[in-house]
Amino acid sequence: MALPPAPALRRKHTRERLRTLGFLSPWLVGFTVFFGYPLIATVYFSFMHYNQIEQPDFVGLKNWKYVLTQMPLFGPALWNTLWLVVVMVALRVVFGLGIGMLVTKIKSGVGFFRTAFYLPYLAPPVAATVAFVFLLNPGTGPVNEILGAIGIHAPSWFNDPDWAKPSLVMLSLWGIGDLMVIFMAALLDVPKEQYEAAELDGAGAWGKFRYVTWPAITPIVMFAVVTGVVQTMQYYTQALVAGKLASGITFGPGTVIQPGYPDHSTLTVPQLVYSLGFQNFNTGAACVLSLVLFVIAMGVTTLLMRKRAGLLAAED
Amino acid sequence: MPLPRMRICLSVALAGAGLLVSGCANPSVGSDRDDPTKPVTLKFWHGWSDRAEVKAVNDSIARFEKLHPNIKVKSVGNVTDETMNQSLRAGGDDAPDVVSSFTTNNVGQYCSSGTWADLDPFMKKTGVQKEKVFPKTFLDYTQYEGKQCALPLLADSFGLYYNKDAFEEAGIKRPPRTMSEFRRDAAKLTDRHQDGSYKRVGFMPNFRLYENSPDRFFGQWGPKYFDSKGKAALAKDPRSKQFYETQLALIKEQGGYAALEKFRSQFGEEMSSQSAFLTQRVAMHLDGEWRGLMLKDDKAKFHWGTAPLPVPDDQEDTYGRGYLTGTVAGIAHSSRHQNAAWEFVKFLTVDTDQVVRFANDIHNVPSTFAALKSPKLHADPAFRTFIDIAQDPHSTAMPPSNNGGQYVTTFQDFSYDVEAGKVPDLDKGLRRLDAQIDADNLQSEN
Repeated sequence: MALPPAPALRRKHTRERLRTLGFLSPWLVGFTVFFGYPLIATVYFSFMHYNQIEQPDFVGLKNWKYVLTQMPLFGPALWNTLWLVVVMVALRVVFGLGIGMLVTKIKSGVGFFRTAFYLPYLAPPVAATVAFVFLLNPGTGPVNEILGAIGIHAPSWFNDPDWAKPSLVMLSLWGIGDLMVIFMAALLDVPKEQYEAAELDGAGAWGKFRYVTWPAITPIVMFAVVTGVVQTMQYYTQALVAGKLASGITFGPGTVIQPGYPDHSTLTVPQLVYSLGFQNFNTGAACVLSLVLFVIAMGVTTLLMRKRAGLLAAED
Repeated sequence: MPLPRMRICLSVALAGAGLLVSGCANPSVGSDRDDPTKPVTLKFWHGWSDRAEVKAVNDSIARFEKLHPNIKVKSVGNVTDETMNQSLRAGGDDAPDVVSSFTTNNVGQYCSSGTWADLDPFMKKTGVQKEKVFPKTFLDYTQYEGKQCALPLLADSFGLYYNKDAFEEAGIKRPPRTMSEFRRDAAKLTDRHQDGSYKRVGFMPNFRLYENSPDRFFGQWGPKYFDSKGKAALAKDPRSKQFYETQLALIKEQGGYAALEKFRSQFGEEMSSQSAFLTQRVAMHLDGEWRGLMLKDDKAKFHWGTAPLPVPDDQEDTYGRGYLTGTVAGIAHSSRHQNAAWEFVKFLTVDTDQVVRFANDIHNVPSTFAALKSPKLHADPAFRTFIDIAQDPHSTAMPPSNNGGQYVTTFQDFSYDVEAGKVPDLDKGLRRLDAQIDADNLQSEN
């Protein structure tokens, strides 16, 4: 039988705990205020009827039933969000890595190319989207005029439900600077000796990438994928602005912005959350959607983190 | 930690969190016990942003302050309904006292949620008999289930602008009065380049063009959105199907949806000198009364005229009608100066001289009986058309709903699908639309 700890030892443990808590407190306060409280409030309001004026009323699962079975826009919004998560994140990572490799390999004009590829990332998302919509305007945009002049029948880009999401992906690839910098740093960090050893072993370009570069940058790729997934689950501004501008509808005081033009193809879950919560003041349904988004983001992130742990373990 | 202690801690934490989140859901409440003769500064939020319009608002405020030296009004322009709605819900000292909205769509929500104060007690106190002041259609769209939480602050009526030169060129003597004539004229007025691309369309039917939203065009059929029990009734009303059939015919007879949509994407911005009617890319155009002033200011290079929009062939006796909407004004529920705020709202909406001067300044339709008949009202023949539409007994407005404009949005979404040819079975589609509107309204009422 173990003896109870002496009072002096207990006091020491308590002091240690308090010290640890003291060091953790800034994070704990931030976590509680900006994550814990909003999360609890979101769960609470998902069971309430609340128009942000009157007191909330408990309505059980009615908000959940409404969102999951009676709201026709939930399906397209979720599909679009997941489509963007899969396609946009994958292409951004591949493209970012490709550009990163390119700017680490080139011999002359290094500074110019690194700056040139990074600069678009600094453009405000709204301004960049406005520029893309004008450039890709099917009637008056220069892109279609040039393609038309060389005999290519160009699509209607943001005005075509089949092309609106790919156009958004193109916009995101244009602003690839953030990933390029991260991959560039990771690539420059791979020891040169390993490449030399691989060359001595007869490895070609693909062999060096497969057996030297890839294992070294895997954690960075995972980081890019996880943050990319989380960011894309919250995709809002570019999709809203592109849809709004391409629709040609004049919006001003008195008009409600209907996101998703054309044909709900650019409608994402965050846009629907805003629409429900702050245009219709249907707080309960907006909270349900937010929770669905949270669970999916959490699930995908957990899966990727586990996968990453597996990859790292395999490397060890 | 022993299990019972942990359970207690968890329960206390959850109860605390519950109290905390529910406690945050309590907006500030205003007061109607203020003395309107005492000095006070009111905050007035409105949507006008054009320089001339803002000047007209400020001139109105100056006139009011001259009549009520104790009340100062601080105005904030270019406020959207979303911003206003969110501010009123958040409350606080910076929230407005007097509010206005460019749309009538949200009146039902303002009234049912109590965001805007009920104006009937104020009218009773100050002897305003609303039925004698405002036309019925205007009163209808500013109340919900008997609660008058808003009053009309000028109105907008929608009619047809037409290019007289293009009409003459096509040998058309007068603007169309029925939908058959409209379809025939639209096709006749459509002009193409040698390569087949459009030079001009007779009428751009696509619902995303400027003011050409489906609810406005549907107004010509005199639709009934809800039955007496408040249930959506579009599927039961044969006019709904007639409306969509006309729309599809207009699209087909002028070249098809895709071609028209591509042509529409080349149009300039609605309020700019590149707008489609001004640049003669459309020969007939659905628009509000304000367009006339803009055409004059931009010195349109062609002769143009105005007329009521055509009506369905089987409702020819209703020719002259149009869709009505307008700016509405009210008092924020959170205002602590509601009596003073009422003095300002009353001045803006009831005072004949003010209503006429404001209508003249911003070229809107006045919203009181007296102002509509005032000899001081600037009324050139083009503008007179819209004043007549506003007074036409068959003119319609959107019915208010406790769900705000969500049913309008759902209706618009459905209409976009129909015009794009994505609803093969209209009857089935309309039934689905009704079910969706009812589900949304029920969710809002829960």
